[in-house]
Amino acid sequence: MGGRQEKLKGTLLSFVLAGALLLAWQVLTLPSAPPAEVIKGENAEYAQLMGMSSATPASHGFPSPSQFGHDAWQQLQAPFHNSGPNDRGIGWQLGASLLRVFIGYGLAVAVAVPLGLLMGQIPLLARALNPFIQVLRPISPLAWMPIALYTIQNAEECGIFVIFICSLWPVLLNTSFGVARVRREWLDVASTLELGWARRMWLVILPAAAPTIITGMRVGMGIAWLAIVAAEMLVGSSGIGYFVWNQWNNLSISNVILAVLLIGITGMILDTAFSALQRSVGYAE
Amino acid sequence: MQNDTGGITPLMHVQHLEKRYGANAPAIFSDISFTINRGEFVCMIGHSGCGKSTILNILAGLEHPTTGHVSMNGHHVTQPGLERGVVFQGHALMPWLTVAQNVALAVRARYPGMNKADVTQKVLHYLTMVNLQDAQHKRPSELSGGMRQRVGIARAFSTTPDMLLMDEPFGALDALTRGVIQEELLRICAKTGQTVFMITHDVDEAILLADRLILMSNGPQAHIAEIVENPLPRNRVRTSIHHQPGFYDLRNHLVDFLVRRSALASQTSH
Repeated sequence: MGGRQEKLKGTLLSFVLAGALLLAWQVLTLPSAPPAEVIKGENAEYAQLMGMSSATPASHGFPSPSQFGHDAWQQLQAPFHNSGPNDRGIGWQLGASLLRVFIGYGLAVAVAVPLGLLMGQIPLLARALNPFIQVLRPISPLAWMPIALYTIQNAEECGIFVIFICSLWPVLLNTSFGVARVRREWLDVASTLELGWARRMWLVILPAAAPTIITGMRVGMGIAWLAIVAAEMLVGSSGIGYFVWNQWNNLSISNVILAVLLIGITGMILDTAFSALQRSVGYAE
Repeated sequence: MQNDTGGITPLMHVQHLEKRYGANAPAIFSDISFTINRGEFVCMIGHSGCGKSTILNILAGLEHPTTGHVSMNGHHVTQPGLERGVVFQGHALMPWLTVAQNVALAVRARYPGMNKADVTQKVLHYLTMVNLQDAQHKRPSELSGGMRQRVGIARAFSTTPDMLLMDEPFGALDALTRGVIQEELLRICAKTGQTVFMITHDVDEAILLADRLILMSNGPQAHIAEIVENPLPRNRVRTSIHHQPGFYDLRNHLVDFLVRRSALASQTSH
């Protein structure tokens, strides 16, 4: 099978690339020549305080892959530990972010899908709402933050609101578009079969528009996951975004790298889940 | 028009249909009147643009005429209904459902509350009728054009409509497939006594299937130029019909109409 071999080649190349990147990382973070001779007298004490004694070779602040591996392992030993707001495990923080996203995103889907179904079936409604959507849609989720903080005043709810507002638009637009584009013939079949409103919706319109709706939901989830990190950096007392910022303030670059990696992996898992969902509702005409 | 041939009862009355898009626009067609008797197979022939499909949609209740009206069983047709089954030009099957599920959708609509086993049995019955019992778990995208159209026919028959409306059902099929399905349709109609109104632009198809042919003049402002009774007896067979006396007379008459007189008829009416 040529296709399978191509796939294998691709995977192999991915591993090679990963290895090359790690190697480059290692080379770039190699300790430079020890500046031990320079430090003398009263400076030696200072140097010792700063952890730059001749025993530890001077390094860039940036961790090498092996250092990162060590630190990450430490962090991942107890991902759910919770010793106060400033010292919570990375798993705990990731969970807090995911919970916020699921609530905000869930609310957005709960609003956008029914409204989109209506807009798709009532062109007048779609035309009336379209200017609002077009103005509101390009607003960065973070731009909502001051307004949200002033009106909602609760940081937790602000985060959820930001997720809600940024994932609303793609779901709404795609639902409305998908429903408006359901083929006339299928609706005619539903009419000649005298399907009632609910069965027409459930048996014809929703399955016909499902691929477009799920695409919108997938885009919405992607945006939500992008926005949550930034939102939590601003308001958070928890969450992966807050964790990144907190670790940056601690100058714990290893933890920052770990968090960034986890954000990427989580986003990928979410997207893969939606891609599977998309396949399951897809159909070939 | 000859509707009173030996105790046959009219099922559908079509009276003075006219359709315009916009008050000042010319009529697409006007003064369309005919009746369809119970158990009769009526074909409407005409060039594209004469509003045939619109007429069929009006009979189905999917569109409304500007003036005139349609009644069936003494009731005005104002909206689509299960008593008028439609076989659409494109098969109009739901691509996300299997063949069996497509037919089951119609069966459930016709018999609400029917239990699962009975639905399955009915579905199989109608799929067997069009020789598709082996394809029941396939999706429409996996079928050939002819098979899809047969599913469409099975779906329409499964609701046991009083009237079957077919909008150029075989237009997109190759000649061989078309012939096979035409024979199937003929056999099913003979067995069930189904009343059919079908649109076609294929003269041979019309002669084979129709008991009566409605010839449309060219649009715009199309009208019924002529209604022709098929003189060939009802047990027509595709493979031998062209040997039957009268076949070529009728065929020549229809072809002459389509190539010359349909245009003349529309000119004289202006």
